[in-house]
Amino acid sequence: MSGAQTARRGPAVEIANLTATHQRHPAVHHVSASFAPGALAAIVGPNGAGKTTLLRSIAGLHRVDEGRVTLSGQKPRVALLPQQSGMDRAFPILCLDVVLQGLWSRLGAFRGASAADRDRAQHALEAVGLGGFGRRPVSAMSAGQFQRLLFARLLVQDADLILLDEPFNAVDARTAADLLAVLRRWHGEGRTVLAVLHDLDLVEREFPDCLLLARETIACGPTAEVLTARNRLRARMMAEAWDESAPACAA
Amino acid sequence: MDWLFGPFLEFGFMRRALVGCLALAVAAPLLGVFLMLRRTSLTAEVLAHGVTPGIAAGFLIAGLSVPAMSLGGLVAGLLVAVGAGALSRATGGREDAALTALYLIALALGVTLVSLRGDTSDLTHLLFGQVLGVDDPALLLMAGVATLTLPLLALAWRPLALECFDPGFAQAEGVRGGLWHALFLVLVVLNVLAAFQAMGTLMAVGLMMLPAVASRHWARELSGLAYAAVGLAVLSAIFGLLASYHLDLPSGPAIVLTAGVLWAISVIAGPVDGLWARWARRPHLAG
Repeated sequence: MSGAQTARRGPAVEIANLTATHQRHPAVHHVSASFAPGALAAIVGPNGAGKTTLLRSIAGLHRVDEGRVTLSGQKPRVALLPQQSGMDRAFPILCLDVVLQGLWSRLGAFRGASAADRDRAQHALEAVGLGGFGRRPVSAMSAGQFQRLLFARLLVQDADLILLDEPFNAVDARTAADLLAVLRRWHGEGRTVLAVLHDLDLVEREFPDCLLLARETIACGPTAEVLTARNRLRARMMAEAWDESAPACAA
Repeated sequence: MDWLFGPFLEFGFMRRALVGCLALAVAAPLLGVFLMLRRTSLTAEVLAHGVTPGIAAGFLIAGLSVPAMSLGGLVAGLLVAVGAGALSRATGGREDAALTALYLIALALGVTLVSLRGDTSDLTHLLFGQVLGVDDPALLLMAGVATLTLPLLALAWRPLALECFDPGFAQAEGVRGGLWHALFLVLVVLNVLAAFQAMGTLMAVGLMMLPAVASRHWARELSGLAYAAVGLAVLSAIFGLLASYHLDLPSGPAIVLTAGVLWAISVIAGPVDGLWARWARRPHLAG
């Protein structure tokens, strides 16, 4: 891509006493955490720990019941890679056009993409190993290729804060390694990257910072200090079921 | 060649019907393509039934007046479209169920209203259309709706496609999906309404949906689908009107049957997922 982005600094993310609910039951309960500008951080925790809800709250897509999320800097651009469920993968659209969707914030509904924009989209496809796929319809892509395609769209989005929800699900080892390289590149460019992950070995190896979540914050900080045996045990003890008769929270 | 050009050269009413139907054939199938892609192919059908009581009410009050019947139809159609959405959100029921309930009531109400006048030929024309009914106001309505639909759809094209392909991304990027969808539904109602004099309310949807559904067999990409759908609709309009003239059929069913024949040809011989391509089992490629 353009390459001249060395001076960029992703925003700091400050989460203060955040509560977000599904039908009044908290999915994220009085969570506080902070990530430095340009952090590369993993968000881990058991199923139902509120990881996706937290990510969506940061992106402003989930109603916040209490507390708040603050991003530093002048209107930082935020991009979210959701889990794939909501997408229509049978939709008749070509891969290059999917990547060009990443330019929505600049082109909007009406402006046309220039030759330079198309070049940029083509380079993004090449960066995720899909160079020859521009004219391919998305219905012909495998799950792993589709995930690469979504990464290419993220590349073009050129966001300051990048939120990834289980980005390595359903991809093979080589694809995961390629996508991880893209993550490192973003980190090198100074963007803030938060990724929900399940593979703790990967987190320990690649992610300097970590938030361990079990509806409440178990620990947040440097990965080695967060993923201790004691903290992991505490996270596993989280009660997954709702308490139907739970009273209103007093805290 | 006389059977092809004769009717249009000889008779003014055939020319008017042709111009009106071509206007619709250029606009309506594009809406059909999006309805199909949103997996809401039946919505157009429902709205077509929904406009009936409004048209009938206009007819009862003002007689065969295009402005009165159109206005009534527009109000009724929007009530059904918006009402179903609001009702399902308010009661937590499914939107398709609410739509079904409303359109059944609307159709029965429409038929009842028309039969109050006692003359059933009016009812037949309302439901199935009649080329002779395409007078100047009707022609203006059809052409006007097409003229309005094309630029508005061009503006809504990208948001509609994005919302349809990846609603989560659209939401995250701040696309006003609900707003574009509302505009889209208004255009669907207008197109169904514009077709009612030439084709009848029940048949109006045929020109919208059949070419759209058939287009799937001719292209793999959205813009290709759009061209294919419009091409098929234009052919249906021309040959449907000819069939209506030569075989003395009501124009609405004739156009829709022609579209149906083209759809069947598409399913069998279309290059994309056509039956012939599946049966033929050509040898696989090397890579």
